Amino acid sequence: MKMLKKLMCSAIVSAMAAAGAAQAKGISDDEVRIGYLADMSGTYSALAGSGGLEAAKMAIEDFGGKVNGKKITIVSADDQNKPDIGANKVRQWIDVDNIDMVAGMVSSAVTIAVNKVVEAKDKISIVSGSASSAITNQYCTANSVHYVYDTYALAHGTGEAVVQEGGDTWFFLTADYAFGHAMEGDVTSVVKASGGKVVGGVRHPLATNDFSSFILQAQASGAKIVGLANAGADTTNALKTAKEFGVVQAGQKLAGLLIFLTDVYSLGLETTQGLQLTTGFYWDRTPETRAWAERYKERTGAMPTMVQAGIYSSVNHYLNAVKAAGTDATEAVMSQMKKTPINDFFATNGQIRDDGRMIHDMYLAEVKKPSESQSEWDLYKILRTIPADKAFRPLSESKCKLVAGR
Amino acid sequence: MTTQTLDSSAMDKSVSKNRMLYAVLLFLGLVAPLAIYPVFLMKVLCFALFACAFNLMLGYGGLLSFGHAAFLATGGYITGHVVMQWGVTPEIGILIGTLCSAAMGFVFGKLAIRRQGIYFAMITLALSQLVFFLYVQAPFTGGENGLQGIPRGELFGVISLADNMPMYYFVFAIFVLGFALIHRTIHSPFGQILKAIRENEPRAVSLGYDVDKYKLVAFVISAGLAGLAGSTKSLVFQLSSLTDAHWHMSGEVILMTLLGGVGTIFGPVVGAATVVTLQNYLSQGPLASWVPVILGLIFVICVLIFRSGIVGEIQKFAKKNFS
Amino acid sequence: MAELLGFPPQVLFGQLLIGLINGSFYALLSLGLAIIFGLLNIINFAHGAQYMLGAFVAWLGLKFLGVNYWVSLILAPLVVAAIGIALEKTLLRRLYKEDHLYGLLLTFGLALMIEGSFVHFFGVSGQPYSVPQALTGGNNLGFMFLPTYRAWIIVASLVICFGTWYMIERTKLGAYLRAGTENPQLLQAFGINVPLLITLTYGYGVALAAFAGVLAAPIYSVSPVMGSNLLIVVFAVVVIGGMGSIMGAIVTGLLMGLIEGLTKVFYPEASTTVIFLVMIVVLLVRPAGLFGKEA
Repeated sequence: MKMLKKLMCSAIVSAMAAAGAAQAKGISDDEVRIGYLADMSGTYSALAGSGGLEAAKMAIEDFGGKVNGKKITIVSADDQNKPDIGANKVRQWIDVDNIDMVAGMVSSAVTIAVNKVVEAKDKISIVSGSASSAITNQYCTANSVHYVYDTYALAHGTGEAVVQEGGDTWFFLTADYAFGHAMEGDVTSVVKASGGKVVGGVRHPLATNDFSSFILQAQASGAKIVGLANAGADTTNALKTAKEFGVVQAGQKLAGLLIFLTDVYSLGLETTQGLQLTTGFYWDRTPETRAWAERYKERTGAMPTMVQAGIYSSVNHYLNAVKAAGTDATEAVMSQMKKTPINDFFATNGQIRDDGRMIHDMYLAEVKKPSESQSEWDLYKILRTIPADKAFRPLSESKCKLVAGR
Repeated sequence: MTTQTLDSSAMDKSVSKNRMLYAVLLFLGLVAPLAIYPVFLMKVLCFALFACAFNLMLGYGGLLSFGHAAFLATGGYITGHVVMQWGVTPEIGILIGTLCSAAMGFVFGKLAIRRQGIYFAMITLALSQLVFFLYVQAPFTGGENGLQGIPRGELFGVISLADNMPMYYFVFAIFVLGFALIHRTIHSPFGQILKAIRENEPRAVSLGYDVDKYKLVAFVISAGLAGLAGSTKSLVFQLSSLTDAHWHMSGEVILMTLLGGVGTIFGPVVGAATVVTLQNYLSQGPLASWVPVILGLIFVICVLIFRSGIVGEIQKFAKKNFS
Repeated sequence: MAELLGFPPQVLFGQLLIGLINGSFYALLSLGLAIIFGLLNIINFAHGAQYMLGAFVAWLGLKFLGVNYWVSLILAPLVVAAIGIALEKTLLRRLYKEDHLYGLLLTFGLALMIEGSFVHFFGVSGQPYSVPQALTGGNNLGFMFLPTYRAWIIVASLVICFGTWYMIERTKLGAYLRAGTENPQLLQAFGINVPLLITLTYGYGVALAAFAGVLAAPIYSVSPVMGSNLLIVVFAVVVIGGMGSIMGAIVTGLLMGLIEGLTKVFYPEASTTVIFLVMIVVLLVRPAGLFGKEA
């Protein structure tokens, strides 16, 4: 027993010493530390996942691995789409590992939870993967940037374009959860404002495996447009079933509201041709995008989604801000990032607003016919550019506490 | 399970040995946050309590519930809701969450204990699916975004729990209370009858015990404690989400209990600590995408080789070599 | 036009037909589970993973070996059955003397491992698999457009289901099987190789899952997680039908397809939950399920 006590005492003493050492390191802090958090193995792992981590690493390497002579390091973790795991990981990163900035972030629930932690600990997060526009609306914080896209931009981009081309009656297939409802609501208001109307819709449970019943209802509705206010596997299954039941041949059109390049790639052009969608990035748009995307493809074997491209751009923008500010202190870096326009392959004159929304041009794209496609990844044609000030929710409509009353 | 006959001196010895063990563990629990990251420890404690509650059903009542996620989630959501909307202090919030879970346990129990074995498991699974559906639909849960930003608040309106250290000791106290309750339950006459029912239900019936009533009480206690774990967890992480209500969570708690040792008092604690540690450390690093595979492998190995779990095997080993 | 419950009748007809098609899918999957449970007393939690394996074998075969759909329809179930038999012989066999719950837990672990490794290697976004040439297109039935492939699904699964039923209820092999379910010791005493019978039964149940997987490949995404959500629905079907009852599994499968189909019209949000509601009600009223015998 005495022996045991002695042993334990020494264990505690050494443990306390270790804890002390960790704190001392935090004060000196001669590293810029980035944490990459994303779904690495689940439903959303294709759109960011390990490819996003590779993009972030590319950004660091291109920066020379050092900023103002100090080393840049990156760690990553799989949040498994679970808010408690993600929030806990980030809390630990900040408390124990002295992480300065969190990048990636996909599932909106995880993102909102992480942003709360980041705000409480006064660090920085740059969200690239999440869709919910609530992140810079009712959940906005002064410590977070929403970089690539959001539901508002997708709904307005696709909704307006479709109505303008005569698609003025809509039927919705909506995933029955907050994201689906928000998307449906946003599109509905756009459709109504543009002179169209919504004739009906169904709300299906998340991860429904058979869409034939809903597709039949969509066909029976007689609407010109079937809007897919869902994501991931639900969208791909709905598209497959629509093809099978001849929705397009019967004269209806499909509008995908949240579709990534990887979804179109995995479904194939045969199924997705003619689909209109809004995207924040397409690899084959300009020589700069092509050059970067080719480098990315060499490392990962696939072309980047808008999220993966955005992760590179956002990490690069962050490092530039650290360099210019000469510190990784949160407030200085945030104000530096907000006052510097973003000009790279990803964005032209991108601007981070006070609510944390990064506004940049979005693009309306149409999926090519198999006959138009020249190569494996030749999937979209860009129909038009949606200018930054039109693409995102105007500050006058914002519920964000940081900009309210303006 | 064999009945153990111990003469009184051996009993005394083992009681004093146990006291010593508990004292050491209590001490370790008190100093642990000095060495280990407290939020991580709190997570371990919450899941350990959850697994202990589950073990009360499986290990001492012989009833495999495949729906315990419902209680964890209910505790979390209700506590989160009352703390945010009514502004009550954390201990009141936890109390309300726990009571709601216990009430739900009463309803589940009423319906499920009439069946045994696999049917029992399936009814609890079905009921928890209904609860999951309810939480997807109900506006107060925030859908898939969950309840976010639940304030930790001030204990009794006095002690702020915002910092990790006071929060840890609060959670530790809750865990010790919950654990003591379980310990008391299984060592009481009630617990003995429960064990008798597990071993031979017809015999218990013929001895005149109202078997269903005992099972129901056990179920309600188990559900309430699972709710307590969920309530506490929602304050620790300041959020409450659908993850807790999903049937995978019911599977995870089975894994924790099985790994640690079904029907041993410390088994679930060891199992929960192991699983949480694995999830936490594997999610960061090269093995991240292998987490489900590793958990599955542990399941298989436990079932095939270590059916009595880590603690169960240690006990067996100790019995063989030291007595 | 006369309306039925607020819907034009043709819409309802269409939904019922769709429900029947999905139901035949459930029937096929729950049949396999029911057979396995009947003889092995094991709830095969890996059934969803084996269904997924069937679809993946078909996809891999097409992609790397050029094996077409029709060959896959035979080959994939055989391959997956071989894997199943290996699992039965090496792992499941050790648990027959233990509580049934251990079998459930073991297969749950196996399912986690199989799905996890497929996610690691293939990612979660679905792989494309096209409808075979002969089954493309469809017919306009007046009240709906019925794709030929869906019609094929219902024919193929019902033929397999009732063929299996016939084999078990009307042939000598089936008689052994039923005898094995009732009293394995006695059957062994008659000189029947019961362990072999068990192994083959497990293989057959698994093959049915894989067959369903190949049928599903062209209409749903071939993805590692395709089976995990379907699985608990199929469980519910087996429990409602009465565990181990062959006819119960088939009829309940079809019935649940219909109920789900109607729910998708009237309250789509609840369409994945309704089956669990039915299950609770059935178990409370008829504890052994609709077609099960009271123990």
